[in-house]
Amino acid sequence: MWLRIEPRPEPSRLMRYLSPLLAVALMLICGMVLFKVLGKSPVEGFKVFFLQPMADRYSVAELFLKATPLMLCAVGLSVGFRGNVWNIGAEGQLLVGALAGGGLALHFPNSQSPFLLPAMFMAGALGGMLWAAIPAWLRTRFNANEILTSLMLVYVAELMVSWLVHGPWKDPDGFNFPQTRMFQSKAILPVLVEGTRVNAALVVALGALVVGWIFMNRSFLGYQMKVSGQAERAGRYAGFSARRTVWLGMLIGGCCAGLAGVSEVAGPIGQITEHISPGYGFAAMIVAFVGRLEPVGIFFASLLMALLYMGGEQAQQYLGLPYSISKVFQGLLLFFLLGSDVFIHFRLRLDRGRK
Amino acid sequence: MAPGLVSAVLFATVVAGTPLILTALGELVTEKSGVLNLGAEGIMSVGAVAAFAVTIHTGSPLLGVLAGMVAGMAMSVLFGFVALTLQANQVASGLALSIFGVGLSAFVGKPYESQTLESVPPLKIPLLSKIPVLGHALFEQQALVYVSWIMLLAVAWFLYRTRWGLVLRAVGETPVAAHAIGYNVLRIRYLAAMFGGAMAGIGGAFLSVFYTPLWVEGMVAGRGWISLALVVFATWRPLRVMLGAYLFGGAMITQMFVQGSGLRLDIPAQFLSALPYLATVVVLVLISRNRSTIRLNSPASLGQPFMPDA
Repeated sequence: MWLRIEPRPEPSRLMRYLSPLLAVALMLICGMVLFKVLGKSPVEGFKVFFLQPMADRYSVAELFLKATPLMLCAVGLSVGFRGNVWNIGAEGQLLVGALAGGGLALHFPNSQSPFLLPAMFMAGALGGMLWAAIPAWLRTRFNANEILTSLMLVYVAELMVSWLVHGPWKDPDGFNFPQTRMFQSKAILPVLVEGTRVNAALVVALGALVVGWIFMNRSFLGYQMKVSGQAERAGRYAGFSARRTVWLGMLIGGCCAGLAGVSEVAGPIGQITEHISPGYGFAAMIVAFVGRLEPVGIFFASLLMALLYMGGEQAQQYLGLPYSISKVFQGLLLFFLLGSDVFIHFRLRLDRGRK
Repeated sequence: MAPGLVSAVLFATVVAGTPLILTALGELVTEKSGVLNLGAEGIMSVGAVAAFAVTIHTGSPLLGVLAGMVAGMAMSVLFGFVALTLQANQVASGLALSIFGVGLSAFVGKPYESQTLESVPPLKIPLLSKIPVLGHALFEQQALVYVSWIMLLAVAWFLYRTRWGLVLRAVGETPVAAHAIGYNVLRIRYLAAMFGGAMAGIGGAFLSVFYTPLWVEGMVAGRGWISLALVVFATWRPLRVMLGAYLFGGAMITQMFVQGSGLRLDIPAQFLSALPYLATVVVLVLISRNRSTIRLNSPASLGQPFMPDA
């Protein structure tokens, strides 16, 4: 007697939304086992990793703070993913956005203008779009695979940040640390809730989710991209441009990632350093998938991912485990999600008698 | 340039190119069977840390390399389970493997970060290593360098001169036909993916046990991704992998080249470090711009799932 998977007559809508929950449950079980293997109490580990980051007002605010860049990146990426545009370089686009927005702040150290912050966001969006335009152009003009080119540009962006903070943009009074000056107060995002660090970028991120929802579900352009992505031939037959899908998918992804970059340097960091993002651009891909490429899903998935980041910090502090444990959880989550997604199109059947 | 410098630059190029050859060859065989595994970066990372840890504990680099190989195979089985058995999207599964592998290696490798291995003496080939300039560069290398050459020939021979190589390519071109004449497509794809995992694991092991020899988080630094690009650059032909690997190997050691050349160039280190990544982009563009080259050479069913019963 064997378990066998067989195709469902129709994809299951229920499983589409149950699958992420199943994946989270599997990840939690796997996490408890991992804690056990590492010689920690699974219950204690669970508390420290998953409950403590939600324990008090400050922690919940931190959760939203960390979810902000994830939301932004993920909503942009999901527009592309829907159109089968595999932009995996959001991390690089985030960094270039941070450089563009942060560069503006450094260039106007004495500006009192209320438009400085909006201008920084604009610059960040443009920076991210510029970085995303490179793989878009190489793909549409030269047919070069955007997965590899967008990823290579992440390394280039990291080196660019490193060069700027070690070289031309280094704080002259900074005791030779590889970082820029602190931004002036007009270039720092206002805090939303007194006593916490959650800032106005959250509003930008929520706005992006709303705009993203409208674009994906209520606009003809969004519909075209979805058709091109899911059924390339149908899209071509209907006269939807495949090039436009690539360009839009990449540029929207880059724009949002660039905004996320500004939200970090003008938010919790307040300057440009070598450590702007702990892999938000990569984690956002998982957020987009877990959130089913839908803004509402992305909202919750980004909070979950923020929880994994904070859980990692907690585990480091209280359990003495390396911070990278949160990356292990991220990878597990995506694996479990991909595995659970099988049940959208297939179901399990007991296969008796036959070999 | 002095002959000594030429020899040193060539030597370093070969060393830098070796992990790329190993990983790209494995990926090439995987892709020839129709499976696109984007997880090479993760596999190399896990292979590197497994090899390093085992070498530290046993003192035997050979056991270390074996551990890297086994770890790489385990990773590819994980990928196979999701992408082949459960038929998840191969691109997403590969990304998952990369994210998971890089994270796992960082996690497991933390206690080993401050430790170093003794460097392993090279394997000198008698007579050949006496050739001026080239002898040192080519024949005073680590054993794995020679292994990479042997594997290169072996893979070329296997794919194009053996019956099972033909079957593997058939599975990559038209799995339906291969299935119809009685070959187990999934099993063959699993085996091809495992070969790819083993090779990427060895590639990672070469980095941590022979090249550096130490473990630092993120030390694979995109070499897995570059290897993927290398397969495209080689238009899925084994012997061209070598050319590409040494090209990228050369790009990786430009820093040494510039310093040694005595030219007083004031180039920031980051610019030189960015070269291999930029070179990858340029090379991809040059190869891909001719659409028919890609279409004619890439396995026809690359990345497509196959369902035996459907």
